Amino acid sequence: MIEKQRYIIDFTISALLRRKGKNITLLVSYTLVVALLASVMFLTHSLRTEAAFVLQGSPPLIVQKLVAGRFDYIPVEYGKKIGAFRGVDSVKGRLWGYYFDSFTGANYTIMAFEEMSLAPGSITIGEGVARIRKIAVGDMFPVTNYRGETILFTVASVLSSSSSLVASDLILMPEKDFRSLFNISPAYVTDFAVTAGNARELPTIARKITKTLPDTRPILRDEILRTYDSLFSWRSGILIVILCSVIIAFLIFSWDRASGLSAEEKYEIGILKALGWDTSDVLMMKFWEGAAISLTSFLGGLVLAYVHVFFASTTLFTPVLKGWSVLYPDFRLVPAIDAFQVAALFFLSVVPYTVATIIPVWRAATIDPDTVMRAYR
Amino acid sequence: MIELKSVSKIYNKGRPNEFTALRSVSISIQLGKINVFKGPSGSGKTTLLSIIGCMARPSSGRIIFQDREIASLPERFLTEIRRKTFGFIFQHFNLIKGITVLENVMLPAYPEGITRSALKKRALDLLDLFDLSNKASSHIEWLSGGEAQRAAIARALINNPAVIIADEPTAHLDTKLSSEFMDAMHKLKKDGRTIVIASHDPIVYDSKHTDEVIAMRDGEVIPAGIRT
Amino acid sequence: MRKSDILFFIIILQLFSICLLALHAANEQEASLFRLMEKQELTRQFGLTDLCIVTEARYTRHPAVTDLHSAFQDAPMSFEHFPSGSFISPPLRWMREKHD
Repeated sequence: MIEKQRYIIDFTISALLRRKGKNITLLVSYTLVVALLASVMFLTHSLRTEAAFVLQGSPPLIVQKLVAGRFDYIPVEYGKKIGAFRGVDSVKGRLWGYYFDSFTGANYTIMAFEEMSLAPGSITIGEGVARIRKIAVGDMFPVTNYRGETILFTVASVLSSSSSLVASDLILMPEKDFRSLFNISPAYVTDFAVTAGNARELPTIARKITKTLPDTRPILRDEILRTYDSLFSWRSGILIVILCSVIIAFLIFSWDRASGLSAEEKYEIGILKALGWDTSDVLMMKFWEGAAISLTSFLGGLVLAYVHVFFASTTLFTPVLKGWSVLYPDFRLVPAIDAFQVAALFFLSVVPYTVATIIPVWRAATIDPDTVMRAYR
Repeated sequence: MIELKSVSKIYNKGRPNEFTALRSVSISIQLGKINVFKGPSGSGKTTLLSIIGCMARPSSGRIIFQDREIASLPERFLTEIRRKTFGFIFQHFNLIKGITVLENVMLPAYPEGITRSALKKRALDLLDLFDLSNKASSHIEWLSGGEAQRAAIARALINNPAVIIADEPTAHLDTKLSSEFMDAMHKLKKDGRTIVIASHDPIVYDSKHTDEVIAMRDGEVIPAGIRT
Repeated sequence: MRKSDILFFIIILQLFSICLLALHAANEQEASLFRLMEKQELTRQFGLTDLCIVTEARYTRHPAVTDLHSAFQDAPMSFEHFPSGSFISPPLRWMREKHD
């Protein structure tokens, strides 16, 4: 049985090599399509996995104030009210915002941070900010305040590159500097980070907050993670839509290749049958033809995708993912592969192609060899 | 004995291009002899050979082979009979391009699943028999007409068939090669095989090696004498 | 070497490569644990809620906590609607300074 299959495979590969150019083109393009799709899968799954892990450190509950559906500064008073609820461990006001650097065209995230004991006029910056601005510890960093005046800050430290994924665009400064830069009254903060003694009580606390302070929006950490899920699904969906034209072109080419039987191929099937090959042998030959191409393409595509995403930092997708952002973190993803997705890709690529190769042969394989040979002589 | 009883073959039945290739043919093929069907183009010789060799089913009639009715057997049984009992030599040789002569010779035996070393030895022995050992690794495009003919005969013998069927085997050969072909068939006959040939070449049907000649015209057998 | 052997060899080589990459992944996951813990700690320390994957718009740097589908990306004139605002930039001439 095995020997017979080996013979059939020997013959199948000889047949494929007869049309070397076309089949090699097919193999290469098939591999690339699989590699592109698998790259999208690997990237989004890794990001999703890392987000889920890293953001476990996020505040379990964030409370914001909304005015006409828009995000507004929240009074410090609200924090005292929230702190009084049963189950609340701590309420910490966060001060943060965005700063558009016209010099580089980059957007930074600017935060007030007291715990680092930064001296007034000093900042800690993320690795991306240092990179794009080409500055290091001790250098000056100009920031324009709400009056249009340039305030110079000294770079006290740069966050490590390993923190890129969370802190690449950060600028941290003392609270006083932050407030004076953006003219924010001490009576307000951007939002509150709330912790509870028992995490299970958080939804209850969130409900209480909404009831007591109806103009606020509490956001649970799980909701943050769900947002990321949908964000990554959206982004990967966009990528796939962009790849659609490539995928469709490939589908047309491969369908034509797989499902068309030339007169020469049909005649050859007639000869094989005349020589004593069974219908099942002929179908097996076509199965191996489809499987050989699709399996090698699939496996090769997976390897290529892994190397592309985890060694080459997804170079090909950078323009799409980056969008217009000038500052793009220089991060290395931790490999995380979803076996289910890989299996899905296998069933969506290998199986249809292999089936597409067999079906057109059915008729030629089942009718009398004499009829086949007469028809295509 | 291979017996055909009132065998007819109609192609494209019911369609405008319906064509009757054989009309109620009843013959017996002499085993261990060289049988030649002679007749002009369109006389039904090729169709008859296809039916004898289980490559086509008759539209009506019976085929008795080794005391067994085979016309209505399921396809896979017919295929097995075809593979094990009959060796085919086609008019255009029908050797497969893109594989070597050795692989072409081994091709009919692939479904048997014999070990490669045994099959390879068998094929090489056959190529040696037909002076083609030095061409084993060549592709068939590089063979001369005579070499291709001999490769086709070697292929027909790979499964050690009892019956050799040849359709217009000398159509593309010169006189010398045609005679050599008949000498080769004679040797196979002496090995105990039955040879069935369809030909309109006098070198074949008038050959001293030919035992029986059956004339055909318009899908019917015309009674003829038996050479001794 | 038989052609079927070559095919099997290629497939086995690919499967072997995949196994090596799987080992690499497992290794990286273990080796990165410290890095990830560091990031988690940083997240906790600064009270961060989002990853810094792209920075061109508020709703991508802090998608979880900013305005729902807010506009004002790189320019105030950007489309309010999501996701069109992400794909279609406002006319360049609106963004250039006017000189009398």
